Amino acid sequence: MSNMLLEGRELHTYYGASHILHGIDFHIRQGEGIALMGRNGMGKSTLIKSMLGIVRPKHGRVLVRGDDYTKATTYRTAQQGIAYVPEGRGIFKSLTVRENLLMSARAGVDGQRNWTFDRVMETFPRLGERINNGGWQLSGGEQQMLTIGRALMTNPDLLILDEATEGLAPLIAMEIWRIVKEIRKTGIATVIVDKNHGAVTSICDRAMILVKGEVVFDGSSDEIRANPDLIQKHLGVGH
Amino acid sequence: MDFATFLIQTLNSLQYGLLLFLVASGLTLVFGIMGIINLAHGSFYMIGAYMAFVLSSATGSLVWAIVLGIPLALIFGAFLEWALFSRLYKRDHLEQVLLTYGLILVFEQLRSLLVDNDVHGVDIPAFLGASIQLTDVLSYPVYRLAISAVCIVLAVALYFVIQRTRLGMMIRAGNDDRTMVEALGININMIYRVVFALGVALAALAGMLAAPISSVFPNMGGQVLIISFVIVVIGGIGSVWGALVAALIVGFADTFGKVLLPEISGMVVYLVMAAVLLWRPEGILKKG
Repeated sequence: MSNMLLEGRELHTYYGASHILHGIDFHIRQGEGIALMGRNGMGKSTLIKSMLGIVRPKHGRVLVRGDDYTKATTYRTAQQGIAYVPEGRGIFKSLTVRENLLMSARAGVDGQRNWTFDRVMETFPRLGERINNGGWQLSGGEQQMLTIGRALMTNPDLLILDEATEGLAPLIAMEIWRIVKEIRKTGIATVIVDKNHGAVTSICDRAMILVKGEVVFDGSSDEIRANPDLIQKHLGVGH
Repeated sequence: MDFATFLIQTLNSLQYGLLLFLVASGLTLVFGIMGIINLAHGSFYMIGAYMAFVLSSATGSLVWAIVLGIPLALIFGAFLEWALFSRLYKRDHLEQVLLTYGLILVFEQLRSLLVDNDVHGVDIPAFLGASIQLTDVLSYPVYRLAISAVCIVLAVALYFVIQRTRLGMMIRAGNDDRTMVEALGININMIYRVVFALGVALAALAGMLAAPISSVFPNMGGQVLIISFVIVVIGGIGSVWGALVAALIVGFADTFGKVLLPEISGMVVYLVMAAVLLWRPEGILKKG
């Protein structure tokens, strides 16, 4: 497939002796949006980290645009237009807001610079107000805006958001969803992990559900929303 | 203490502190950013001093020795990082200490084989050979002022690189979260190599500048290493500005300690360290 962006094939990942991913197949095409779902500890973050080379799968392959990146360093995979906003956000606390954005700036894989410093400022006006603040002075919502803005400064083709709104106040979370929708409209492919199933399935056209390191559902978001049982069975709390 | 003596000791304190800053800045960056305890860092100071001796004998001038020595030190540092230190990042501190202590022995043995075990002097460049007369009997050598001037220029340059350039932002970001830097598509290993090479070059330059004053002798890196670690601890691990402040404190404490409290002069620096750690266990400036 020529428009295939990122693929994981038969991924098995371990943390020490514990087997986290049990042969997961994952793929995302240009412009696609995937809601990556599953309860805590089912392997969502591990899947993302395995494909980015942050943790190394024991078996399986990772392909970026059809090329083998299984053993590639994280920075080489990222340079292929893959931007990652980790759980817990990972802003650089000793850098100012401006510096967090400038340090990551680069052209996209095809040389485009659609996302400039100014455009990020327009998208996140709140960051503009705090431009010279240190990273440690930001609220949770501002930190999340900063990490998304920083990821956009790399002009990615794929944006991966792990726990996009975790720990944010509802109003701030709504603001994040509004921005993510805007980003989706520009044609950037997205993988989103979030507890708000309604929000992620409305933003993403496809959904995947992981249970104990295996894919139990891979289909359209509409199908998920039409089947409350599916959500209750695999994602519901209280089991 | 009369004013002229006070002025001379103040200038000496500044010069000594600034020279220590050159050594300690590299040590604190490598410790803070890469998490490496590099016991061999003092050896780079020793190697610099011997380079000054060998190269100034060959070229006839310390200036030429420095001009040639800095690129050599950078290459040497980049090579060491590639060959050895890059393998240490994921190891624990004990293994780091073993390797870097081993390196001290290797470097001293190489020094013994390549040069010898004697004490050597290095001539001050002729154009800096003068002294400024302060009173009828007291004068201050221009060369020491020149050392301070070079160190101040380098400290400003270092400030500029770390605070104002993208490389500096990446270095500071690497101090916060290495994995995240990589995930943004930045080759952190290359940044580590640059930082390490820079640290080696700064320590070697300190050795080259100090050679005419302190002379050149075996194991001269040992004392500098210990005092540099004191500076790193006082200043806060990973903080270049902390290292600058701490190096000046140590420079003044050591110099004035020798004048005012000669009986306990060897302890003064460590008393200062203990006091600072009681006051701020993480150092004067933790990061930044």
